[in-house]
Amino acid sequence: MNMATTIEPMLAIKDLHAYYGKSHVLNGVNMEIMPGEVIALLGRNGVGRSTTAKAIMGEVAPVGSIRFKGQEISGMPNHKIARLGLGYVPESRDIFPAMTVRQNLLLGIKDMRRPGKWTIQQMLDMFPNLARRADNPAGVLSGGEKQMLTMCRTLMGDPDLIIIDEPTEGLAPLIVQQVGDMIAEIAKAGVSILLVEQKLSIALRIADRVYVMGHGEIVYGGTPEDFATRDDIRKEWLEV
Amino acid sequence: METVVFALLNGVIYGLLLFMLSSGLTLIFSMMGVLNFAHASFYMLGAYFAYTLMEGSNFWIALFIAPVLVGLAGMVVERYGLRKVHARGHVAELLFTFGLAYLIDEVVKIFWGRTAVNYKVPELLDFPLFTLYGAQYPAYRIFILLVAILMLVALWYLLRRTRAGLIIQAALTHPHMVGHLGHNVPMIFMMVFGAGCALAGLAGVIGGNYFITDPAMAVQMGPIVFVVVVVGGLGSLEGAFIAAMLIGLLQTSAVSINASLADIFGFLGLAGTSEVGGITIASMAPMLPFLLLVLVLMVRPTGLMGDREV
Repeated sequence: MNMATTIEPMLAIKDLHAYYGKSHVLNGVNMEIMPGEVIALLGRNGVGRSTTAKAIMGEVAPVGSIRFKGQEISGMPNHKIARLGLGYVPESRDIFPAMTVRQNLLLGIKDMRRPGKWTIQQMLDMFPNLARRADNPAGVLSGGEKQMLTMCRTLMGDPDLIIIDEPTEGLAPLIVQQVGDMIAEIAKAGVSILLVEQKLSIALRIADRVYVMGHGEIVYGGTPEDFATRDDIRKEWLEV
Repeated sequence: METVVFALLNGVIYGLLLFMLSSGLTLIFSMMGVLNFAHASFYMLGAYFAYTLMEGSNFWIALFIAPVLVGLAGMVVERYGLRKVHARGHVAELLFTFGLAYLIDEVVKIFWGRTAVNYKVPELLDFPLFTLYGAQYPAYRIFILLVAILMLVALWYLLRRTRAGLIIQAALTHPHMVGHLGHNVPMIFMMVFGAGCALAGLAGVIGGNYFITDPAMAVQMGPIVFVVVVVGGLGSLEGAFIAAMLIGLLQTSAVSINASLADIFGFLGLAGTSEVGGITIASMAPMLPFLLLVLVLMVRPTGLMGDREV
């Protein structure tokens, strides 16, 4: 029997293209995420970071191969992708504003007969801010609280990999810190994370590996330590 | 006094029937983003299905089976028709439902004929329940009232108190996000469309023998249901309920007012013998819902409770 020691990547993206009408937004993205890894996807505005996240999740029609846990998910309906264990926290957060915090969390559970390892009570214990407002409509939460709620709601579905798109956008520095802490907590629980982020400080603190995008493709991939030495990459692809 | 009590009772019953039709329509509107012109046709199908089922069995079986059949028909329409057309945009969807309404009309004429069928109130309920001010009140009307209230409570409970209801509500406003959480949104939409049609079918089953079951019943009811949904506020169940009751009461009260325009505006010199003066309030009743529609659109385009403009 062949005892293969190579670990399969959790997510393997090969030659991924995407289009908005006639404009070619993704130009052949290649990327791998291993089980338990935290990946930060960096790049300037408009280089296709969010589009990469959307193409993986089927929000934008993907052209190319996206394999999640060995299965091709390119073109799959979004609920099936979610049920394979791929969670998505979109940039728009998309909480259900008329429903209470508790109800929002409840809807994160995919199947009541097989609830995941996270419970609503655990989430509320972890985030006293959410607990205080557990029975208030989620629409009254602050931006940071909404972000926390969206991440908690996705966790309720017990994902193996979460794609988090621009979680700190528009948040005050103190809240950015808290969101960063929470992502670190999620990673500690063994969940893989693809973090689409612009703030280097957050990304470098949490990530095991860093990808930099430019013009719709990956232009750099490496560890945060290596990235710290690459002034050339930062100058060319990140600094404004 | 007698007129007022009867008008109120009849108005509430008519209003609840209207709500039964408009609750489904407004849910389907939230989902599709356009009004379903064929909605009243499912109401008509409910009445005809019940009529046919009653011939082979009895009213009670028809009461349960006919709405289920109409709901299944609705699910087939959503799955194999609307879902494909949806990709082509709102105009295509609107035209699809428009064509479907005529298609169902013609199918009904082929199968059941162009004249009214003899769909009667079941004998068990065909008796005067009580006598008020010397006038008898039919038991069947109270039966309609009970069925409608039961449906109202069940719908409220499902949507507001169960997880399935929460998922439905979230899917109507944030379909993509609900999908990313692992819920099968296309299937939810098919169920909502089916359930909306089944409610219309139920209204047909209990309304078809209260009014009349003929191929024109969809065309007569359709515009009023649109009025209810638009006046209430597109997509709002609470709004649809208020508007349905308002229009139900308005129309039935107007019908029972024998006064003419001359009686009201006589002090301005309007004579009862003149053409305008001779018009009675009762004869203006069918106009009132549409007057309300026009006024609401002018003054409050979002409807009473809605948050989107028409």
